[in-house]
Amino acid sequence: MKSALNLRNVVVALVVVGLVLLPVYSALTGKVFILTMFTRIVILALAAASLNLIMGYGGMMSFGHAAYLGIGGYAVGILAFEGVGSGFIQWPVALIASALFALVIGALSLRTRGVYFIMITLAFGQMAYYIATSLARYGADDGLTIYKRSNFGSLVDLSNRTQFYYVCLACLLGGIYLIWRIVNSRFGLVVQGVRSNEQRMQAIGFHANRYRLVCFVISGTICGLAGALFANNTDFVSPAVMYWTRSGELMVMVILGGMGTLFGPVIGAIVFLVLEELLSQFTEYWAMIMGPLLLLIVLFARGGIMGLLGRFSRG
Amino acid sequence: MLVVVEQLLNGLQFGLLLFLLAAGLTLVFGIMDFVNLAHGSLYMMGAYFAATFVAWTNNFILGAVMALGATLLLGILVEFVALRHLYGRDHLDHVLATFGLILFFNDAVRLIWGPAGLALPLPGWLTVPVQILPGVYYPAYRLSIIVVALLVAALLYIVVMRTRIGMLIRAGASNREMIGALGINIKLLFTLVFGLGAALAGLAGLMQAPILTVQIGMGENILILAFVIIVIGGIGSIRGAFMAAIFVGMIDTLGRAFLPDLLRKVLSSTAASTAAPALSSMLIYLLMAIVLVVRPEGLFPAAKR
Repeated sequence: MKSALNLRNVVVALVVVGLVLLPVYSALTGKVFILTMFTRIVILALAAASLNLIMGYGGMMSFGHAAYLGIGGYAVGILAFEGVGSGFIQWPVALIASALFALVIGALSLRTRGVYFIMITLAFGQMAYYIATSLARYGADDGLTIYKRSNFGSLVDLSNRTQFYYVCLACLLGGIYLIWRIVNSRFGLVVQGVRSNEQRMQAIGFHANRYRLVCFVISGTICGLAGALFANNTDFVSPAVMYWTRSGELMVMVILGGMGTLFGPVIGAIVFLVLEELLSQFTEYWAMIMGPLLLLIVLFARGGIMGLLGRFSRG
Repeated sequence: MLVVVEQLLNGLQFGLLLFLLAAGLTLVFGIMDFVNLAHGSLYMMGAYFAATFVAWTNNFILGAVMALGATLLLGILVEFVALRHLYGRDHLDHVLATFGLILFFNDAVRLIWGPAGLALPLPGWLTVPVQILPGVYYPAYRLSIIVVALLVAALLYIVVMRTRIGMLIRAGASNREMIGALGINIKLLFTLVFGLGAALAGLAGLMQAPILTVQIGMGENILILAFVIIVIGGIGSIRGAFMAAIFVGMIDTLGRAFLPDLLRKVLSSTAASTAAPALSSMLIYLLMAIVLVVRPEGLFPAAKR
């Protein structure tokens, strides 16, 4: 057993403390921009963490994960549009809708493995995108403006920037705690066992696909929550939220941070989105740098940032 | 009746175009075990090259041939610089690396050609309608796409099934290590196959260009259709890709053309006009879901290794 005080844990602790204290820094320096930027980062980190649950621990390479961001977002947006403003209704609906979508997509996609699975989840994600573009009543291509954020009565005011940030951060940390509990439970161990050797798990008597499917649904549900937060953050939801490049970006965050590590996706999201911000300040054509950078990361930095830190602390 | 014939031909033309794209993808996957998301970027580059070269030379055919050559070279270059280091890696690595390439190509195109789309005008002799049946006219250009794509499909069949290089390609697909051990330069073979795939994608792009505008991201939606085709047809199977491409092209085109009218017969007209666009864009995904349930390995799976 490694000591608790290795480089990886120190970095993770610093990141968490930094995220918790961020609004204080923003208030002291008057940089509101930093708070809005990190609200977005924290939300997408939650989405990446949910993807990591199936990708890193379950071995299911879903390329359609942005669909849940859209479904969660549209659940909030459509209910707000139809006059249901209460978050106590909006958010559960967002979660249930995402779970149902994951159940159907998962049951179909899990009939396949490997590359097929990547392609099929990609195609189903695009299907969700096209459905959203044809919702004429809810803005179709142009998207839907949300005039009032989810209303939680006197409990919390989401229109307050700082309160909203802490709600998002609480969701992120709660989500990671949940994933940690899942991964270390009997259920999680079976899922990881199936990732390593499906035939052996089947032979011991586990119904591999049932475990996979449940894991897939949990992941989709968590990402649906991220979608509800995302829509509240932008006060807007449009099909573009679930365009397939977003799914690709979520995958990049997971890999960049370190697949199959608890905090890897969070660090990946922070590094990816901050890098994107810095590069886009430097040049309009930031993707021309980001693209080759990705290629280099794939070629030379396997295991992501967490992997590098781990190697570093082992000496 | 007239409309039905025209839409059937449109479906065939779209399907054949999809086949050119899917064939390259499935060749590269079947032989090199490589997932190439950037295939759609090569399709886009084919269209941009064509628009540029046709404007330079003022000659449609010459410009198209030059564009084809340029896409082939670009494909070989990309393979040589980046992708050949990724063979044998995890599929996820392929997905990420080629996702990076897509980001790169999209912004590179924006930098070079600007954010606005380009138009690729047709020469006069290709714009006239041709009488294919008594009283039925069809645009000459769409007809020539069908002819060219069928010729390429036939050529591809002959090359893969009847020539020495095709034999090597098939041997590479069934056992890479073995043909390497037999003294075949497998690196060169892979580069060649990748170039061939790139040229096919480029051909599809430049032929589609006069019908749609040449724009950034044009390769992405059609790439996903190509994935659906490969899944339906069975990965690595060119025959499967051909059948599935025609099938998907037909269903997509006919669905968009006739589904609204069909629905109007069953539903009220307002309900039909809201449901029809959603349903017709979902149609091929529903088809894919059905195929997956019935035959998860695709309709025409390549022979097991």
